[in-house]
Amino acid sequence: MNAAPIDAAELGARPQADTNAPVRIAVKDLNFYYGAFHGLKDINLNFHDRQVTALIGPSGCGKSTLLRTFNRIYSLYPEQRAEGQILLDGKNVLDSSVDLNELRSRVGMVFQKPTPFPMSIYDNVAFGLRLYERLPKAELDNRVEESLRKAALWDEVKDKLKQSGMGLSGGQQQRLCIARTVAQRPEVILFDEPTSALDPISTGRIEELIEQLRDEFTIVIVTHNMQQAARISQFTAFMYLGELVEFGPTTRIFMNPEKRQTQDYITGRFG
Amino acid sequence: MDATTPMAAMHAAPVSRVRSSRRVADRVLRVSCFAATLIGAVVLGSILLMLIIEGLRGITPTLLTQPTPGPGSEGGGIANAVLGSLVLTFIGIVVATPVGVMAGTFLAEYGRGSKLAELVRFLNDILLSAPSILIGLFVYTLMVRPMGTYSGWAGGVALAIIATPVIVRTTEDMLRLVPGSMREAGAALGAPASTVIRQVTWRAASAGIVTGIILALARIAGETAPLLFTALNNNSWFSPNLMGGIANLPVMIYQFALSPYPNWQQLAWAGALLITATILALSVVARFVLSPKRH
Repeated sequence: MNAAPIDAAELGARPQADTNAPVRIAVKDLNFYYGAFHGLKDINLNFHDRQVTALIGPSGCGKSTLLRTFNRIYSLYPEQRAEGQILLDGKNVLDSSVDLNELRSRVGMVFQKPTPFPMSIYDNVAFGLRLYERLPKAELDNRVEESLRKAALWDEVKDKLKQSGMGLSGGQQQRLCIARTVAQRPEVILFDEPTSALDPISTGRIEELIEQLRDEFTIVIVTHNMQQAARISQFTAFMYLGELVEFGPTTRIFMNPEKRQTQDYITGRFG
Repeated sequence: MDATTPMAAMHAAPVSRVRSSRRVADRVLRVSCFAATLIGAVVLGSILLMLIIEGLRGITPTLLTQPTPGPGSEGGGIANAVLGSLVLTFIGIVVATPVGVMAGTFLAEYGRGSKLAELVRFLNDILLSAPSILIGLFVYTLMVRPMGTYSGWAGGVALAIIATPVIVRTTEDMLRLVPGSMREAGAALGAPASTVIRQVTWRAASAGIVTGIILALARIAGETAPLLFTALNNNSWFSPNLMGGIANLPVMIYQFALSPYPNWQQLAWAGALLITATILALSVVARFVLSPKRH
């Protein structure tokens, strides 16, 4: 990364943070442990409704760890645990009484590596729909089409819905995964470095897509790429060594950071 | 070495000596690898050649239409043994497949990291390398003695016990090759573990699991020792009653090859060729199923 990566004019031209938007996810005193390792330390942070919030920071700073607490995907691994509160619409998702599968249908996730299932494009998108909804065929068809359109993939795959999803290009596979997530009509979509395995053109398309999805969903994105954070997010949280260093509207974080560490990171002095 | 005088270094005596000794070492290794390969290939090739020459001579029009003939008589076939082997192998694989796939799934998915899974895996590895004659004796004690008769059922069970650990092992290995991100993606959509296993991981590993089943099939198709104590043999036509001894290719080959009758020996050769060709075909099919081109 170069020393002055962010263009001020470009930042100003982007949709600005709506600080009055209602809070969708409120993180309170969150601590996270990998066995004995203390991965997240006393995180307090709000995520606003229908805004894109970027989590940035150097490798190992805990940004992915934080993301993985929102749908409790970490609980697949018995040695990982979270303490504190994550309020989704006021209800603590860390509560042991929470139905994990219901939570995950409300909080969707797109991963770093595209993860199409070994089945047709159609079945990939319908996978999540078939889990909890019993839709008549015609309506299922509609939902699949609607989701593929929202993921900007419909025109490329409408003639080969029966073909395997594994046969698509990397960028198409990632959009298929987005379609699969969108199909469930979640409230929140988590992106874990969704473009780091993609070429620049595919990356551009995914970024455009995320901007469009913001109209409907609350979006949290982990990214290694600061320009990407500046381009697509309204809010940015900078993390370092498991702690939240600074959080605020993206424009302010990049133009006028309050903390020295943030300044050093976004100007490429470390990271 | 002095970089400015490369010529001087090249003319120095020790350099050229080192070179020639390395050249010799290289040649020795090359020749011995080649010789070892040749020995293996020649041994295998001569077995196959002998089998094909002798086996083809035993192929007669009645081979697959008539049952094994009496001692000293002419003609006849091995139809009862072929049919019996098909039935025994079928029983073995039909019993072993669900048990093996389920146990392999437990090891790779549900039991990941648990003490129980470690124990099961350890026992499975022992079973995998247990001499097959022990399995035969085990089933003899378990079924043949209490029932008072050699039986097709006992033979099928013995073969199933041999096939199961093979399937457990390949199923577990193949499921472990499925990337964890696939399971996470399934869970992230709100799918319960059982749904992810059935619809995603099994599907992703299906080619490998099927290959494991085919290889297990090839393995039990040629097993002799466990059948000696269980299904034994039967020189009459196959009867659908599995409560008695039942003819099968490996035991037929064993008994006929040791007999003094040329006709029986000829039939044993033909049976051996048939069984080898079948196992070869199964292995080729397994390779084809696993080939990446299909995906």
